[in-house]
Amino acid sequence: MSVESMPRTKEVPIIAGGVSPASVIDDVPIPLHRVSPDEIFSSVGSLIGSFCLVWLLYYDILPLGGVVGFVIFWYVAFLAMYGGVSSLTHPRPVVVNRVMGAVMIGVGLLVGFTLVTVVVYTFWSGRQVLFHSNFYTEPASSGSLNGSFDKGGISNVILGSVIQVGIAVGISLPLGLGTAVFMTEVGGWFSNIVRTVVEAMTAVPDLLAGLFVYVTLILTFHGHRNGIAVSLALAVTMTPIVARSAEVALRVVPGGLREAGQALGASHWSTVKRIVLPTAAPGLATALILSIARGIGESSPLLIVSGFTTFANYNPLDTQTMNSLPLYIYETIRSGEPNEIARGFGAAVVLLFMVFFLFIVTRFLARQRVTR
Amino acid sequence: MVVSASTQSTDDKPMVVRATLPWSDRIFHNSAITIACVVLVIFGSIGVFLAYQSIPTFHRYGLSFLTRSDWNPERDKVGISSTLLGTFEVALVGLIIAFPVALGTALFISEYAPLRIKNLLVSMIDLMAAVPSVIYGAWGFFLLMPHAKLVSRWLAQYFGWIPLFKVNADPSAAVWAQSRFVNSAFIAGICVSLMVIPIACSVMRGVFMAAPLGEREAAYALGSTKWGMIRAVVLPFGRGGIIGGTMLGLGRALGETIAVLLIISLNFKVNFRILQNGTSTISALIANNFGESTKSQLAALLTAGLILFIITLGVNTLAAVLISRSRSGAATDI
Repeated sequence: MSVESMPRTKEVPIIAGGVSPASVIDDVPIPLHRVSPDEIFSSVGSLIGSFCLVWLLYYDILPLGGVVGFVIFWYVAFLAMYGGVSSLTHPRPVVVNRVMGAVMIGVGLLVGFTLVTVVVYTFWSGRQVLFHSNFYTEPASSGSLNGSFDKGGISNVILGSVIQVGIAVGISLPLGLGTAVFMTEVGGWFSNIVRTVVEAMTAVPDLLAGLFVYVTLILTFHGHRNGIAVSLALAVTMTPIVARSAEVALRVVPGGLREAGQALGASHWSTVKRIVLPTAAPGLATALILSIARGIGESSPLLIVSGFTTFANYNPLDTQTMNSLPLYIYETIRSGEPNEIARGFGAAVVLLFMVFFLFIVTRFLARQRVTR
Repeated sequence: MVVSASTQSTDDKPMVVRATLPWSDRIFHNSAITIACVVLVIFGSIGVFLAYQSIPTFHRYGLSFLTRSDWNPERDKVGISSTLLGTFEVALVGLIIAFPVALGTALFISEYAPLRIKNLLVSMIDLMAAVPSVIYGAWGFFLLMPHAKLVSRWLAQYFGWIPLFKVNADPSAAVWAQSRFVNSAFIAGICVSLMVIPIACSVMRGVFMAAPLGEREAAYALGSTKWGMIRAVVLPFGRGGIIGGTMLGLGRALGETIAVLLIISLNFKVNFRILQNGTSTISALIANNFGESTKSQLAALLTAGLILFIITLGVNTLAAVLISRSRSGAATDI
């Protein structure tokens, strides 16, 4: 301990045990964010060593098989080996630090890898249908169940989804935004109740929104399982999402701006209209688009309030059902017919593209807010 | 304002100033309250309507609705005990996988990842939350299941002595009964964990990143390693977020419908063996039977929906309380 408190000079007496003075004097702090060669070699060495060991054990000695099991064993063996190698030269806290670091990186890679397999597998399974232009322009009714990919497509479900989500946005945007403005700008004891209810509703299963619309609209008011029923169910699921994320966006608006507006004699309404809403606009747009992305992929309420059809129907008030992308994907991949499953995955690619596109738009808006 | 009488003449009364809101503000306040009330009424009526529709079911079946295990509306016998069990099995498997992974990913993003890719990773987790669940279901059914059944078999081989991991087939047989190891609560749980991870992770990352810098530096200054700092500062600071995020994930796992429905084969036996095929969850039961249900079955399904509503509402409210305790919700100020 006394060594560390010594001044950094070359005149240090030689310590018993044969440690050269130079190694004592160069008492540099441990770089926290830089990886030392020791760390690199022991980790890469353990990685290779454990791979060879597990390969030998897993495939040649133990009667095991399967890639997933191999990777799991490899990772566990790597952690053990890395910890063992580190403990040869380092005290326990350093060993624990290294092993935990390896665990964190491993977990991060696992999640990233899984997400990539989800996306890549969807693209790969739908690749056959994606290059047929009729897939995007013809309704499903013009193709047959196991027929060629040159006939039939998903234009009816794409448009159906767009119409349904469009109406749902038209309902949930004013409701959600109004609730958010009420919670942040008007306030009072009532707003706490509203906030609690909205927060609780955000995570209530979307299936129940479908049940609710079914009970009210179809059982009580004798409606039909048509486009507007789906839109209402989607609106019920989207409103709390809009309200909550819009509230977050509004809360970030500095209170000083509001006070400045009021101090200049502006009424409350014009403060909100001219100052708060424009300041929060990018955040509000992000909130809206995220809820659209959520709504367009929403599938469980559709099983309740919508029916499956291959025919094009673009009238939401019609008595007939109106199909949409998630329901189409669900029905086709359950059908068991190879061509139909490929079409389902093709539709899944389209759905993923829509979600990704909306997502990239939100990132763009968020970046604008930061740079301004 | 009270002004002493000696300096004022007696008939000099203070002017009464009555604050009147402009019309625009009155309209604004009233319409905001109206919208909030409409939203409140809509959400409140979800519970009320489901409860109202459930009265006949409870009248007819009484408590046996909760204790019976089979779902046989044609023979007038319905109960959801096996379904409740399956719901919790799937959710717990999902949570047991998702909790360490979400915790690790959140720590990785907030503590280990280089600054340059941090934003990218945050967007990736958000994107993971936005991927539609039907796509996770398709992935789980076609890609995950063939691999996961080998893991199931391995678990049954070596841990089959635990009743939970027992399977009604010989896992070591040369030609093993593969169909017994698929469509299980275990595989559905793995798939559900993918949907729980982004939710739990983003809550946890939020509280980890908010851990105070001064205390982090203090830990380093006392000679702590990075993991030592995380254990001493970040994890205790984020405890509320860890618990709350996990509870939110549990709420999601309990209600997940379409991915579970794609993977499991519906079965109404009380099945504690999570690796064995056949289970049911409330949401899968409702979604599967809704299309072709008769009037009495419809009422029973709505009652099952009410029970799911109550369970998830309880879990989510608890989560919201725990999360709000761990961070202040005050407005930003300049």
